[in-house]
Amino acid sequence: MESIFDFSVISDNFLQLLIGRYPHGPLGGLALTLILAFISVILSIFGGLILGLLCISRNKFISLPIIAIVNIVRAMPLLMVIFWMFFILPSITGGKIPENTTVICALSIFTSCYISQIVIAGIASIPRGQTEASISTGLTYWQSMRYIILPQGLRNMIPSFVNQFVSLIKDTSLGYIVGVSEITQVAMQINNRTQIHSAEIFIFLAFIYFIICFIFTSLSRWLEKSLSWKKVI
Amino acid sequence: MSATQFDLSVVLHGKYAEWLYEGLITTLQLSSISCVLAFFLGLNIAIMRMTSFTPVRWFAQCYLEFFRNTPLIVQLFFWYFGSYQILPKPINDFLNQYNFEFVAAVIALTFYTSAFIAEDIRSGITAIPKEQMEASRSSGFSYLRSMHYIILPQAVRHTIPPLINQFLNLTKNSSMAMVIGVGELTYQARQIESQAFKSFEAFFAATFIYICISFSITILVTWYDKKVLNPLGKGTP
Repeated sequence: MESIFDFSVISDNFLQLLIGRYPHGPLGGLALTLILAFISVILSIFGGLILGLLCISRNKFISLPIIAIVNIVRAMPLLMVIFWMFFILPSITGGKIPENTTVICALSIFTSCYISQIVIAGIASIPRGQTEASISTGLTYWQSMRYIILPQGLRNMIPSFVNQFVSLIKDTSLGYIVGVSEITQVAMQINNRTQIHSAEIFIFLAFIYFIICFIFTSLSRWLEKSLSWKKVI
Repeated sequence: MSATQFDLSVVLHGKYAEWLYEGLITTLQLSSISCVLAFFLGLNIAIMRMTSFTPVRWFAQCYLEFFRNTPLIVQLFFWYFGSYQILPKPINDFLNQYNFEFVAAVIALTFYTSAFIAEDIRSGITAIPKEQMEASRSSGFSYLRSMHYIILPQAVRHTIPPLINQFLNLTKNSSMAMVIGVGELTYQARQIESQAFKSFEAFFAATFIYICISFSITILVTWYDKKVLNPLGKGTP
């Protein structure tokens, strides 16, 4: 019996799926997916830290608007954030914005808002007495955050950051919509060109995403286990 | 594209308002049908994940890991473009007579969401003390019956807030169905943008609708947490 699948379409286009048209054109494919996810996660960890700290600021004029913005972004689908960036960025800068920048901006803003919630929870997990103790030793509020609370809280947040990285790897696939040549876009191009091997192409694509995301999911589970014994301080 | 002037009335009256309304209805249909299907599928997967029969447990585990670690958009493409190679011809012909985009989107959203729902249900069930299962087994209930009569009724109470959140995520995720041409809210906003060049207005209206849906669901969860789970204040079991 003849197999219904013919995976030769994958082996013929394997290099294109991995790096796009790299030596002769712009970098794409899986490499671009990972680069986009990596840049976005770094930006959003910093963005999330800043937003999280502003959310719990005791100055209501700072915290309330920030909380409102964070909740509005969290209420939107990521697709909408990408479209907004697609329209807003050019009208701010007045010029054409590369698609990669659009997607990095959208992903970073979107993920920052989610990470800010992780940061708030991480800070809340440190007993209140620690802040009180460090303030009564003479540290200012920000100093006690910087030297006492955050170093402990951040360690508890590491597994969640890895989980966000996994979400980001999955979310970069939405760059397809604004024309970023990451791996989903490349697979779609191959699909449009060959027409009859869609199932093989998308099974393979799903498999690649699965392997990468599964590695990081397992890493975050391992981190959660190996960090948890230190929580009892 | 210059931001000439922001004129919301374009999308509040006439043809474009109708488009948005149709989009909203499709979004709600898509998410509620998928939600019901995903709930039952997720419930089964969660129970399979916890049985003592190893092959079934492994299957459920693989299912969960696979669907949670794959982007939804890839799954949508797979069901939309790849299904004709996998499904038998009569089924394909049958589906092609109807709204195939919509069916493919429902299938993809159901499988994707069921994996998340299964995890929520599982953590709800594991929150019930193990002794309850042992007690009901020793009073003569079979595994499935003790699940049905003893464990699940208690677990459901604690699973409802995360389940409502999954419904919210599902509604947001349904926006991705536009990539295969389902006429839901984001798709209609895109249509208005390309027809009328009113991108800001169209996306403002669509975003506003999404935010309204999200906030009303969030308020519902908060109310449930306060009134049903913790009627006496925080910390009561």
